[in-house]
Amino acid sequence: MTQGISDEGLIAAIARLIPPARHVAIGAASPIPTAAACLARELHGNLRVSSLYRRRANPFTDGTGELFDLAAQGRIDLFFLGGGEIDGAGNINLIGTGEWPGRTVRFPGSFGSAFMYLMAPRTILFRREHSKRVLVPRVAYISAPGTSPPGVFRRGHADALVTGRAIFRFSPERARFTLVSVHPGETAATIRAATGFDYDVADPLRETPEATEEERDILRRRLAA
Amino acid sequence: MSPVDIDVLAGMVPAGAMLAIPPDNSATAAAFARALVRRGVRELRLVGVPVSGYATDLLIGAGCVAEVHSSAVSLDEVGLAPCFTRAIKAGTLRMRDATCPAMHSMLEAAAKGIPFIPIRGILGSDILTHRPDWKVIENPFADADPIVLLPALSPDFAIFHAALADREGNVWVGRHRELAVMAHAARRTLVTVERVVRENLMEDERLAPGTISGVYIEAFAVAERGAWPGGLLDEYPDDTAHLAEYARLARTEEGFRTYLDRYVYRRPAEAAE
Repeated sequence: MTQGISDEGLIAAIARLIPPARHVAIGAASPIPTAAACLARELHGNLRVSSLYRRRANPFTDGTGELFDLAAQGRIDLFFLGGGEIDGAGNINLIGTGEWPGRTVRFPGSFGSAFMYLMAPRTILFRREHSKRVLVPRVAYISAPGTSPPGVFRRGHADALVTGRAIFRFSPERARFTLVSVHPGETAATIRAATGFDYDVADPLRETPEATEEERDILRRRLAA
Repeated sequence: MSPVDIDVLAGMVPAGAMLAIPPDNSATAAAFARALVRRGVRELRLVGVPVSGYATDLLIGAGCVAEVHSSAVSLDEVGLAPCFTRAIKAGTLRMRDATCPAMHSMLEAAAKGIPFIPIRGILGSDILTHRPDWKVIENPFADADPIVLLPALSPDFAIFHAALADREGNVWVGRHRELAVMAHAARRTLVTVERVVRENLMEDERLAPGTISGVYIEAFAVAERGAWPGGLLDEYPDDTAHLAEYARLARTEEGFRTYLDRYVYRRPAEAAE
């Protein structure tokens, strides 16, 4: 792929964010979050990974809606979402841009995001592309809101935003991201230049470590199949 | 109940009908969609359960669709659904955007014969502002707890593919219970199956829980690999290479017509890969 962090490094970085979750669900066909959840399970044990797109030994027996029922019941600790656009307030747009419903650029649609973002106690936002096209000051449309007014039933928010170039953490109280880690080859300045929204920077700003020998070994041996 | 020819099955769907279809990873009615294209049915309103894939994109490209009501239209890892994307940009398709659990819940309400159903989440989403048919009320059992209400959704037809049917019209769908909800919610259900078995599926305690009663089934046709290029349970996986070929060809109108000539206007047996 591009220069910078390897796939394995990205997977390991996401895996480190997963604890203390005990039950992670994957709704879309997203190989990197799926691999990260499986790596976290191998490293820490005591983690259930429910993937809707698994064809064999799929964990759901009550249809493709069971995932959402599980989340509604509060039985999922952590979920992954992406976005065609993600803004600095944690809003995600999977609809598109231009006149509704996306006459300029149409994304696939919102999938379960409008529900899951409010039902999951923690969400990791993952989008490999880190550009001003994706990370915008304000999304054109809100598929799922980053925060909700008081009184709206909501279990949690974005925990982190992971891209191919950096990791941000999200504060729901301030509706704002903080850059906490840059991937190898990136600096605070390169991330600032590639990000369309404003954010804070952690001090000290860390560099995302590459995958360890143990993590690489697990990914290559156990997850390759 | 005896199987009918798949083109006879497609002939039961009139112009303007509302059809609920599952996506590529859950027993989609792909062969059925190709038969609908051959029939040239128009003005269909397609419902994604809860999202839409190849079958919907194919029908859009062939000019069969007036409206899509779904949480997403995509070819999953292969990428965007080309005909859908083109039609949205051109403004030739009505899109009713939703979110996955809302699609399931609206069908569940219809299956239970209730007029509406509450659902958590969604508040603050622009989906809601574009859905005048979705309402927000205060939870009557609590204080200051706004909650979304969805109307029941009863499609004219549920169409999907299944592994087995028996002579009574019982259909085995395995773990895909959302197909049962679709069948319960829809006025009529038309199914394609891999094969017909001699035994009554309801008499096998291991198969019965994954079986939809023939009560709900209007008619069925045998279509081997009828979900292809989608997958079916442990019978066969998604054919990602074919979906990629579809996505590549369907990027242009001309390429899409090539796809139709190659894979749709020829009958399924002749087009076998």
